[in-house]
Amino acid sequence: MAKKQQIWELRLYVAGKTPKSVLALRNLEKYCETHLKGQYQIEVIDLLVQPQLAEGDQIFAIPTLVRKVPEPIRKIIGDLSNETKVLVGLNIRAVKK
Amino acid sequence: MVLRKYFLSTEFFLRHSTFSFLILTCYKLHLTLNPQSTLAMRYNLPKVKTGIEGLDEITLGGIPKGRPTLICGGPGCGKTLLSIEFIVKGATEFNEPGVFVTFEEKVEDLIANAGSLGFDLQKLQKNKKIKVDYVRIERNEIEETGEYDLDGLFIRLGYAIDSMKAKRVVLDTIENLFSGLSNEGILRAELRRLFMWLKEKGVTALITGEQGEGKLTRHGLEEYVSDCVILLDHRVVNQISTRRLRIVKYRGSLHGTNEYPFLIDENGVIVLPVTSLKLDRAVSSERLSTGIASLDEMFSGKGFYRGSSILISGMAGTGKTSIAANFIYAACKRKERCLFFAFEESPAQIIRNMKSIGLDLETAVKKALLQFHSARPALHGLELHLSTIYKLVREFKPTTVVLDPISNLISVGLINEVNSMLLRLIDFLQSEGITVVMTSLTDVMEERVNETVSSLVDTWISIKEIEANGERNKFLYVRKSRGMKHSNQVRELIITNTGLQLAEIYIGPSGVLVGSERKERKLQKLRGKELKNQELRGQMARRRQEDGIPHQARQRRRR
Repeated sequence: MAKKQQIWELRLYVAGKTPKSVLALRNLEKYCETHLKGQYQIEVIDLLVQPQLAEGDQIFAIPTLVRKVPEPIRKIIGDLSNETKVLVGLNIRAVKK
Repeated sequence: MVLRKYFLSTEFFLRHSTFSFLILTCYKLHLTLNPQSTLAMRYNLPKVKTGIEGLDEITLGGIPKGRPTLICGGPGCGKTLLSIEFIVKGATEFNEPGVFVTFEEKVEDLIANAGSLGFDLQKLQKNKKIKVDYVRIERNEIEETGEYDLDGLFIRLGYAIDSMKAKRVVLDTIENLFSGLSNEGILRAELRRLFMWLKEKGVTALITGEQGEGKLTRHGLEEYVSDCVILLDHRVVNQISTRRLRIVKYRGSLHGTNEYPFLIDENGVIVLPVTSLKLDRAVSSERLSTGIASLDEMFSGKGFYRGSSILISGMAGTGKTSIAANFIYAACKRKERCLFFAFEESPAQIIRNMKSIGLDLETAVKKALLQFHSARPALHGLELHLSTIYKLVREFKPTTVVLDPISNLISVGLINEVNSMLLRLIDFLQSEGITVVMTSLTDVMEERVNETVSSLVDTWISIKEIEANGERNKFLYVRKSRGMKHSNQVRELIITNTGLQLAEIYIGPSGVLVGSERKERKLQKLRGKELKNQELRGQMARRRQEDGIPHQARQRRRR
């Protein structure tokens, strides 16, 4: 299936290793492993290290997950603790089916 | 009895002792507090000049340094423009770079808007003087799940502040966060943290907020930003809009408490706090000719004081404008600059009309000694009129200003508004040492303007027209003239092709004679004199005839 070649580019913006950020990353990896195995890239950007990157993706809340590809860009803020919301937000389930 | 007495006395003593103890503690408190309070009075809160004309005067030096200030008001009241000017003035005049974070408008829109005030944000951005950052919050792009904080915003802002070494920050309008994010609890906690963080950073911040119902801001930002709160207001009364500004609170500082009108024009925001009624201006004792010799005579032959205010009131067509024109004509002859504000006639009209009484104002205009400014009163609100006058006066630097007529302004504002405007205007002009001549049309309605304005003016000339014996005649008299001897007499004002003249009215056994009666009487007088002269001449002639006889002989003959 053509859709299987689709690579999901996800970016997670964090600010240091706060519990929220760690939780968000763990949640994200878990969802991706179960739903998007082998089709995803996660880039973690620490704004404490690269503050200049905050402006480009319009980041104001931490943590923020940005789906760069596939278009359109979607954003999810928070520690991603609600799986359904994250999947709906990333539009993952619809693609899987 | 004794016991009771004793009891009473101890009770009294106890009471007394508690009382004295209270006094003592009060005194101690007073001692400990007083030096602090006097210190607090002396200790000047560090302030930052906003660079906005007038605002720094009301706040007695600017907004609190290193602290956030809240600017609130309804839509379209000028919050954003005021904050843009704060940032721009900081960068251009005080060498304080600034960061402007907008939550509402895109950077391009903001640059375009600021351009209308003559601020080139792009250039300032390029020169690293300011930074405009647009934080886009689109609810439908964002999904919220779980806990989060606004560290992203902090980092962004902190990065901008640090990279620019910014001293000023504007957050316009941070309340937009509330419409973009649903978790109000997190937002409130984060905003509180943000303002604390801004204080720690030591930047002077302006935070704008939309006015809410019954509250200063829709989301109660005043709870977090409480050092200085400025409220803007845009009111339309009788179809004429006026912007007003008020400092609701200013912790640790005195400030003007009134509502001050302010304007937004092509030069930015101007607040008009000119209600300073400090009567401490320097005065001149130089006298200026009124341009009419016979009017000068009424002021002990010298005319008005320089820098005084003169009111000429009278009914329609009594020659108020002509008297004012004579005065400025005389000033122009002295090579002084004059500014003529006409609220009724066009400059061409005035020039033509004054030519008919022998005043050539056109040459003065050509020599750039005289400048006209004609505007219908209803063109804009009183405050804008006032600011136009301010601006023109500052640009042209005249020594004499004419306002013709002030009574017309009533059509734009309420009587007390007009009065307050005139008060500020006269105050301003006198502080600049400018002589101001105002004309006012008196009528039953507008007599009240005169009453209040008259207490402000130094010289008040009144002209009345009286109809009698089939003709209308004008009477002029000086109602008051501070600090100089002035005539108490009523004179007749005669307008001729060659100019204005004041004639002494004839007071005879048949009463006061004016107009043609006065002329007739004058002629009669002349004729009487002539008759007398003729008689005398006749007598002389007879004597001369008799002179053929030697003098001594004549004497002898008489005997």
